[in-house]
Amino acid sequence: MLLTVVIFLPLLAAAVLLAVPRIPSRAAIAVWVAASAVDLALVGWMWWRFEPGEGASGVIDGLAYEVDLQWIPTVDAGYHVGVDGLSLPLLALTGVLFLACAIYSLREPDRPHTYAALFLFLQTACLGTFASLDLILFFVFFDLSIVGMYFVIAGWGHGNARRSALKFFLYTFIGSLALLVGFIGLFLGSDERTFDMVALAADPPLADSPVAGGLVLLAIGLGLAVKTPLFPFHTWLPDAHTDAPAAGSAVLAGILLKLGTYGFVRIAMPILPDAWQRWAMVAVVVGVISVLWGALVALAQTDVKRMIAYTSVNHMGYVLLGLGAAGLVASADEGARTVATVGAMYQMVSHGLLTGALFLLSGVLWSRGHTYAFDRWGRLARPAPAFAACFSVAAFGSLGLPGFSGFIAEFQVFTGALQAAPVATVVAVVGILVTGGLFLLALQRLFTGDPVVPSEADPDETREGPAAARADGGTATAIQPRTATRMRDLRGYEVASVVPLLVLALVLGLFPRALLDVLEPAALAVVELVGR
Amino acid sequence: MSAVLGALVLLPALSGAALLVAGRGADRVAGPLAVAVTAVGGVVAALVAGTRPRLSVPFLGVVEGGDLRLVVDGLSAVLIVLVAGIALLVTLFAVADLPGNTARARFFGYLLLFVAAMLATVTAATLPTLLLAWEVMGATSYALIGYHWEEPGKLVAGTRAFVTTRAGDLGLYVAAGAALAATGSLVLADLDSADGGWADLAAAGVLVAALGKSAQLPFSAWLSAAMQGPSPVSALLHSATMVAAGGYLLIRMQPLLAATGWAATAAAWAGALTALVLGAVAVAQTDLKQLLAASTAAQIGFVFLAAGVGATAGGTAHLVAHAAVKAGLFVVAGAWLTALGTKQLAGLRGAARRYPGFGAAATVAALALAGVPPLSLWATKDEVLAGVDGTALHIVGLAAAVVSAIYAGRILAVVLARPAGDEAFDEEEPGTRRIPALTTVVAGVLAVFAAGLGVLALPAVAEQLKAVLDVEGEPSPGLGELLLSGALALVALGLTVAVLRARPALTQRLDRSPLASWAGLRRLLSPRPAMAVARTLAVIDDMLIDRTVMGVAVGAGRIAGMAARADENVLDGAVSGVAAATRRTAAGSARIDTGVVDGLVRAMARAFRRAGSAARCPQTGLLHQYYAQAVVGLGFLLVLLLVVR
Repeated sequence: MLLTVVIFLPLLAAAVLLAVPRIPSRAAIAVWVAASAVDLALVGWMWWRFEPGEGASGVIDGLAYEVDLQWIPTVDAGYHVGVDGLSLPLLALTGVLFLACAIYSLREPDRPHTYAALFLFLQTACLGTFASLDLILFFVFFDLSIVGMYFVIAGWGHGNARRSALKFFLYTFIGSLALLVGFIGLFLGSDERTFDMVALAADPPLADSPVAGGLVLLAIGLGLAVKTPLFPFHTWLPDAHTDAPAAGSAVLAGILLKLGTYGFVRIAMPILPDAWQRWAMVAVVVGVISVLWGALVALAQTDVKRMIAYTSVNHMGYVLLGLGAAGLVASADEGARTVATVGAMYQMVSHGLLTGALFLLSGVLWSRGHTYAFDRWGRLARPAPAFAACFSVAAFGSLGLPGFSGFIAEFQVFTGALQAAPVATVVAVVGILVTGGLFLLALQRLFTGDPVVPSEADPDETREGPAAARADGGTATAIQPRTATRMRDLRGYEVASVVPLLVLALVLGLFPRALLDVLEPAALAVVELVGR
Repeated sequence: MSAVLGALVLLPALSGAALLVAGRGADRVAGPLAVAVTAVGGVVAALVAGTRPRLSVPFLGVVEGGDLRLVVDGLSAVLIVLVAGIALLVTLFAVADLPGNTARARFFGYLLLFVAAMLATVTAATLPTLLLAWEVMGATSYALIGYHWEEPGKLVAGTRAFVTTRAGDLGLYVAAGAALAATGSLVLADLDSADGGWADLAAAGVLVAALGKSAQLPFSAWLSAAMQGPSPVSALLHSATMVAAGGYLLIRMQPLLAATGWAATAAAWAGALTALVLGAVAVAQTDLKQLLAASTAAQIGFVFLAAGVGATAGGTAHLVAHAAVKAGLFVVAGAWLTALGTKQLAGLRGAARRYPGFGAAATVAALALAGVPPLSLWATKDEVLAGVDGTALHIVGLAAAVVSAIYAGRILAVVLARPAGDEAFDEEEPGTRRIPALTTVVAGVLAVFAAGLGVLALPAVAEQLKAVLDVEGEPSPGLGELLLSGALALVALGLTVAVLRARPALTQRLDRSPLASWAGLRRLLSPRPAMAVARTLAVIDDMLIDRTVMGVAVGAGRIAGMAARADENVLDGAVSGVAAATRRTAAGSARIDTGVVDGLVRAMARAFRRAGSAARCPQTGLLHQYYAQAVVGLGFLLVLLLVVR
């Protein structure tokens, strides 16, 4: 019941916001913050009460807060939700990131009611996807998240927002159709004709028909690969990110990409263990290509946000490398495969925090100068030291510096995957060198060199005009001088939204047991299920 | 005691972090705090070195050795004391050398973090611990080298140092994976017993990591860039820490290197060649700090040689002695830079004579660097060379020793010369023309160690060190070897000074040689190829992959368009046709309705009317006509009856 409350509380708040349009703008965002905070507190309570269990626990047993109601009895699809070591960290991440986005949006001037309602709706969709233990329910929430994000980008984006939003929607929606085909394949292949994930994982379908199993895995894999995104299905990502509002980007990268990787751990691996073992090498190779491709293409970007977007492809590549290595049962022992899986799952949480912070920070750039181009900014460390400090910390975290959560993830992925796929892993390790170089290069471009700040009379600045954000007040503005704007340092609410994410990344990097105690039993369960 | 070991690392780490968080507000307390912390750190280090505690904190799980484990053995004990001691002296120097108005909290914050990382590196007992400390050290070195980020090129130098050393660090990631595959654990000591292909991979990874961190060939050029950092940073990074870490790691992993065979040989040759090549590079430098940087790589080369041939005691001793010598020389170079505003050798002519007390310390350190007996590096170098078996390796090692005497000679020939009076001061920054007493004290202390560690030449002292390191039985140099190398150093040094005095023009030819620009090693670290690849891939990403997807979408759109047209022309036509036909039918039926149905009805009515008027005709009122009509009717009925029956 608690879980259901957690899932639908944001939706309820959204309904209230839409039903009572007389709430003042600032209060609307306050409602959003409050709803997200309460939801996060409830997830925290769930975490507190959660028993991770000893040994392997999760996926098919050890599920907490389980609710199983009939919904479409004819195909045995139900409202089946529950929490285990796989989903709990991602539920918590969702709670944290949405709260950060809410705080970041405190001063949102553009249709705040709808904006807040849309994000709350998205939060329900994301929480629901992570909590689903039924394929149809998963699919419904999964698609709702796409719809929600489409409206966020199209309605509050900038630049070519409608086109990017449409590209995002069509690409990921078609991907989700492949996913649906795969789910139907699982349903038809199962002995008891069910969409229930727990039942399917306990008694994997299509075990003795490698071709059908492979095809179903292909459909599911394609759907998830678009969402994750993996090379070569990643090209919607940079456009969607560049044109999305900062909070939208943070949620898109931090949470929505995880729906893809989470699908691999929750559905593809335990339900199709034979097929996953057979095709694990494909996952490894796709992962390694994504790692290198994402890193190198990011290195060449001239736009902060596109660069960060491509590093997401790189980071998600590590996840696939780890999960693929977990399927190479014959060439590695269980300890190594478990380490790789734990690393992959840790990466999901870590990437959510760090990339979320990076996207919110790049939103600060947009709010100050309406451009993300590297060459329009320079020497920002002088006028905006807090911004520079936060961005640097996030960058070092994202490049996998020990002490931050990214290191815990990447170290375990590499260490665990090496035995299973030595060549691929040695190649993939180069990825952390390239990300290191590209983030340091970004710091160099933004924070040192000649002082550059975009001039005020920017052509694409006309639409909403951050007049409210300008401190020069209401004196005569008949003549707009083409002088440089002053880069204003982080404001209170921006600090309050970004710093907690960075602190969490630091805490998870220094005291990883807090998360590992929950993750490890579930990872062991996944590895054992795949090894069947 | 494990709490004390924790304090050894956490005290500088936490105070450093606190300084960083406090920011400019803590500038005034930063220096004194850092001195206090490193001083306490020195005491703690001595305590820890004596008691040899161990400490384990849960970190990663699943496999053995995932914890954060610090263990102090003989080697670690020596290194802890060394690192803590040099850290204290360098912090004192930094307090005296840094201008008052700079962001001191940031400087000392990163310095303390760096020291903490180095202390954790030399006590780490598991791979996660080692890698954590190892990489944090690299990141803080980035921040320290780029400390003056406002000045062009400084942060670039930091980036280069970080990226290059991280390229080496990749080896450690691979080594961790190989260790897990080989032994099922991440404990560092377990690797000693590994064998097979995984051991080879682990050894290769360790070797690459060490080469990168210690600026050995082919990674050497980052040291040149790192000289952009403030002088105290150079004094710390390039003596007892950072570059020393690679040497330490190889000494620590010596059993693994030896087990693979080839890795030990590779380490020995890499070290020997670096000692020779970078020594030659050092000879050709015109900038004192660049010269010292190249000589640092060269001297750490001897440590690699020692680790390769299994002379761990010699390698450790050399690491310690070199740290004292080089820290002293960087303090000297930094103090002169602050006082005279230049670090160009041309400008430093007679610098040692301007500040005689300080100059004496500088001279002692330079003589030690030359390998002159009875100073420290003379003794430790021979300790290393005593372990070398192969003739070729031995000759390269001796040659490198001679080269070190030559570059030390180049320093001495300049700084001890009589000042001409026309030196170009203040070329790089305005000089203060004074050397603080604190700096002189620091340089003096370091010079005492640089000279005094020569006692390692005494067999009794050397045996003591071997006992501490638990490696009794490693060969020691004979008297003949000691005399030979001492004589070689003296001769090379004397000849260098004499030649440079006699023919100063010779240096100009050297300065034009490729050696002066680090023998092309900088080009190896150029980011250009990576950037070119990245740009190409970005173009492919935009032009090929995205276009393909968009093409598919546009194609789908076209197909949809065609379908729409088909829809309009065929289906819609059919539908419209049906509609028209219906209309026509309707119109037709309307006509039928009015023409046919209505007509019929009216015709019927007419017929009935006519029938009605016709029926009126028989009603005449005449009875006989009625009877006749009735007879006809009855007759008709009769006929009908007859017919029907």
